[in-house]
Amino acid sequence: MNYLEHIGKYFIMLKQVFKKPQRWSVFRETLFREIEDLGLKSIGIIAFISFFVGGVVAIQTALNVDSPFIPKYLIGFATKRGLILEFAPTFMSIILAGKVGSFITSSIGTMRVTEQIDALEVMGINSLNYLVLPKIIAALTFYPLLVLLAMFLGILGGYYAGLLTDLFFSEDYIYGIQLEFNPYFIKYAVIKTIVFAFVIATVPAYHGYYVKGGSLEVGRASTQAVVWSSIVIILLNYFLTQMLLG
Amino acid sequence: MIEVQNLIKSFNGAEVLKGVTTTFEKGKTNMIIGQSGSGKTVFLKCLIGLHVPNSGVICFDGRKHTELDIKSRRQLRKEIGMVFQGGALYDSLTVEENIMFPLKMFTRSTPLEMLKRVNEVLERVNLPNSNKKFPAELSGGMQKRVAIARAIVMNPKYLFCDEPNSGLDPQTAIVIDNLIQEITKEYDMITVINSHDMNSVMEIGEKIIFLKDGVKAWEGSNKEIFKTENEAVVNFVYSSNLFKKVREAYLSEIK
Repeated sequence: MNYLEHIGKYFIMLKQVFKKPQRWSVFRETLFREIEDLGLKSIGIIAFISFFVGGVVAIQTALNVDSPFIPKYLIGFATKRGLILEFAPTFMSIILAGKVGSFITSSIGTMRVTEQIDALEVMGINSLNYLVLPKIIAALTFYPLLVLLAMFLGILGGYYAGLLTDLFFSEDYIYGIQLEFNPYFIKYAVIKTIVFAFVIATVPAYHGYYVKGGSLEVGRASTQAVVWSSIVIILLNYFLTQMLLG
Repeated sequence: MIEVQNLIKSFNGAEVLKGVTTTFEKGKTNMIIGQSGSGKTVFLKCLIGLHVPNSGVICFDGRKHTELDIKSRRQLRKEIGMVFQGGALYDSLTVEENIMFPLKMFTRSTPLEMLKRVNEVLERVNLPNSNKKFPAELSGGMQKRVAIARAIVMNPKYLFCDEPNSGLDPQTAIVIDNLIQEITKEYDMITVINSHDMNSVMEIGEKIIFLKDGVKAWEGSNKEIFKTENEAVVNFVYSSNLFKKVREAYLSEIK
């Protein structure tokens, strides 16, 4: 199947997804379950990675800024900018594409190969709407919060890195992170995250929903889903950065 | 009554069903048999609307399945119960939630009413006190019983079963067969079973349709299948020595 056919099929899928849920009470129930599966269960890994990457970014910056003419507060400034503009929205989204994307593809794909989706269809349920819409809403609402958390913990990680390594003073770091604070950058990061969240929820859902075969194919589809989600995120990141900051 | 007229279904140019015509009557257990690749599953999936036939008519009590609007089709689907080969139970839901699912989606019943109905059907399939178990905690036979319970919870008019006995031991298979037959009479449904299990065919097949290469090669009852001279049916059904001997004994008895 060529790429254009896949893209067309993906948009046809979205048309089915964005229909009114057949029963709101069931939708609400499913939404809460998805928020737990896709959002709450990702807090740990996001917190861990962002804290330590924040620390590493601060250390790397400190080690590379050894000229006496460059003020030390630039370490905090550069760490903050890097984390807010790129690391938190893009890097975290790629990590989520790996963790959550493979979960979405394998869970929907397993439902496909074990005829659970057929069972929904036979009952007269719009399976795409029932399975995918709550995932999209859960990702769109929760991932911006996760990214804000990643920003905070990343900056905090940088602060503790300074404390532990003595490469820079805490006062300089705090001054640096407060310097030239632009709220638009947070807005920019949140907008990017919302777009990426949509990709993280829908691209793996597409791969899972249309899988054919058995467990081996579900595994392959999961890999494909992670690869394609990451590619789409990287490409969109380029265009969004041009559009929002260019 | 379900009437099927000249049903044709092909995939990528290869015709799987080549004009099947038959009827399924109320209160009867109808069985579709045939070799692997004969088109049984495709036929069943066309009946339940998972495959759209290339041509032909499927009529559910006068309602042409392919010509219904979305609302009427949705209504018809509520009247259909389906038992899939592997059970197709939702892994993330408990037995109770699995069975309650169609009620939640399509009825305005209160949680208490729904629970009462769930317990009724669980009792009916001899699985009381299994409400809180997950499908993975159940044996194959129990999963099939839960699938039957989910299929009948909405009081369907039509019950379709795809290989309900596959992977079950002979004793459990008989229990499932009897359960399906009893439920068919109780709910006055039209039951269509896709099966490989000749034991089931002989036991509960009130009407049997034999498909060969996408064509209906024979149809009759479980009594008539003993007497048939149709070579394809004889070769398929009596391929084992045991069934050959059963047939010979039956024929000599009626002589």
